[in-house]
Amino acid sequence: MTLHTSTTSRRIATLAVVAGLTVSIAACSSSSANSTDVTLWGITSDQEEILDPSIADWNTANSDAPIAASYFEGEAYKTKVRTAVGAGAAPTLIYNKGGGVLESYVDAGKVLDLTDSLADVSDRFLPFALEPVTFDGAVYAVPMKAVAPVVIYYNKDVMDSAGVKPPETWDDLLDVVSTLNDAGVAPFALAGGSKWPELMWQEYLVDRIGGPEVFAAILAGEEDAWSHPAVVEANTLIQELVEAGGFAEGFASVTTDSSADAALVYTGKAAMVLQGTWVNSTFRSQAPEFAENSLGYATFPTVDGGIGDPANVVGNPTSYFSVSADASEEQQDVAIDYLKEGLWNEAFVDRLIAANQVPPLAGIDTAIGESEDADFGGLVYELISEAPSFQMSWDQALDPAQAQALLTNLDRLFTLSITPAEFSEAMNSSAAQ
Amino acid sequence: MSVLTRAPETISSPRPLHETAVKGRLKKDEPSSLLLLPALVLYALFVVVPLAVALYLSFTRWDAISDPTWAGFDNWFRILASDSFVNGLMLSVKVVVISWLVQTPISLFIGVFIAGKQRYRAVLATLFFLPLILSSAAVALAFKSILDPNFGLGASLGIPWLRQDWLGDPDLILVIVIFIIAWQFVPFHSLLYQAGVRQIPPSLFEAAELDGANRLQTFVNVTWPQIRNTVVTSSTIMLVGSLTYFDVIFVLTGGVPGFGIRILPVDMYLTGFAANDMGGASVLAMVLVALGLLIASGITSFSGFAKMRSQQEGM
Repeated sequence: MTLHTSTTSRRIATLAVVAGLTVSIAACSSSSANSTDVTLWGITSDQEEILDPSIADWNTANSDAPIAASYFEGEAYKTKVRTAVGAGAAPTLIYNKGGGVLESYVDAGKVLDLTDSLADVSDRFLPFALEPVTFDGAVYAVPMKAVAPVVIYYNKDVMDSAGVKPPETWDDLLDVVSTLNDAGVAPFALAGGSKWPELMWQEYLVDRIGGPEVFAAILAGEEDAWSHPAVVEANTLIQELVEAGGFAEGFASVTTDSSADAALVYTGKAAMVLQGTWVNSTFRSQAPEFAENSLGYATFPTVDGGIGDPANVVGNPTSYFSVSADASEEQQDVAIDYLKEGLWNEAFVDRLIAANQVPPLAGIDTAIGESEDADFGGLVYELISEAPSFQMSWDQALDPAQAQALLTNLDRLFTLSITPAEFSEAMNSSAAQ
Repeated sequence: MSVLTRAPETISSPRPLHETAVKGRLKKDEPSSLLLLPALVLYALFVVVPLAVALYLSFTRWDAISDPTWAGFDNWFRILASDSFVNGLMLSVKVVVISWLVQTPISLFIGVFIAGKQRYRAVLATLFFLPLILSSAAVALAFKSILDPNFGLGASLGIPWLRQDWLGDPDLILVIVIFIIAWQFVPFHSLLYQAGVRQIPPSLFEAAELDGANRLQTFVNVTWPQIRNTVVTSSTIMLVGSLTYFDVIFVLTGGVPGFGIRILPVDMYLTGFAANDMGGASVLAMVLVALGLLIASGITSFSGFAKMRSQQEGM
């Protein structure tokens, strides 16, 4: 009898241990999701100058409906937010760049249609700014930061001592390249290790040669659109430039995360770099003296015989906030209020302009003209206000699968591993899937 | 000597009866099989379930946002016929084989060396182990800076042969990655070999010495046969480890230049998390699982490791 009891009690003890372990495992997997606070996810580079002050203002004025912001590193954010959106655990306000990724959220019904809610504020923006977030006539996101077209930055000292001016045509560019190489300076810095800076060259060349219609056909999924003569010619020019030593030695392993491409220009190792406007901030923070005295800007050169308008620009129209469809109605209401009234208030616009960034708003030329960096701000604002076409970065416009194939094949094109014909073939077959 | 130690065991009889008696007694006192449950639950939760889910996903189209849709064998045909898979498979085989050929002799040498009792070896051993305690991300970032073509070691020191485009040349990148894997993991395998050598009974070495064996003969006839199982363990870890090697490569290169270092795990990550093709990535994952199992079971059965026979039988 005693023996029996001890066996039973031991069995119970065993069970208790097992149950305890199982419960603790289960506890690990469930996090607290019962908060009704409005949450916002952004990327760290926007945190200090752009979002933190804006959210602090909002939380002071609306202590009953505060917003809690979390920030992530840009590349890591892409994976994290996608997993969260897919699992129905998205933040109320989702930072995104529009284009193919947002379209996949829209198709899965994960974000709110904001057309009606924002009808009275949407005309404040320049027309191109809402294009990447408009699908079938409905608007799914609101711009939340500066415009980022791609331009050429150059080191005036280096260019002057080699006796060259920024190139106006592609033939000019090849001459400048050979003069600079003779002078022992790398003509262009390029962060090939990050892949997407290579895309800027292709986007501009295809646009200058064949106009924006070429990519429009690709985006629409037309058969063999990647074999368009403009794409093949652009890729041929790219490979000629690589062979002519157009890019700083070792460009395939230079990456943007350490801003090595900008560093090459301000240290005088390279003369020019083709990059988005955020590089201007890098110059100003990492090499203020250089930015003050020796930094010059130029638009992308024209290509002889090309039919694209030389005023067209490519780059990132801007970045956006969407509202999660999985959030509660109260959360959604607060989020929409913030986007309408909190985000684009006067203080926010002033802060952007004071930080030498150009917001995608209509009619702010005077404010920009009075800013500290009026040269650059003025150039960018004029560029974007007058551009007949503002082509969004292809890797963001396309669906993620094709974008990934594009970046991989582009890298092989720049390292001369494949020919322009092979590039077109590979991209056509990726588009067909 | 061996006869002596064995003798009592052979005498012990009547055997069958004795054994059943022991067995019967054990049965009562055996720990409850319920105690297996926590380990089984964890194993099922983190190994069996994910594996089954990946197998299912490999037959679907899924972008991680909308619901998966059944695709039959589409993903399998598409992935197995793609350039990046064929390239990735060849590269993975190269990385696995070359890593093993490079790491095994070096680890064996260092392990045997630091197992000795001579002076300074403890200090040297500590130095050799340093790479082991660094995190992979830190290792990758450090090498990225050192090998930077414009601001790295080669450019700073002005040593011409160091000034190569180490990370940007599709042909050089494989060499660099194999070097870094070896740098990072040789300490671990040296540790295994050191432990293996240290547990060899000193009497064997003494006997060898008395017989007048030189160092090489001692190694071939005493050390090597005694650490055979360590070699099998180390090789299995090495081969399967370099087959699934990912973190340093990804932080160091991001999967470029071109297809130069796009081994299967990198290809799997980019397919799944950059191209959002979870179906295709699951196919690659299943291929990796199959290859890993094949290698591991191949080594164990080929080497007779599975028999679990003692190396010191008769000692």
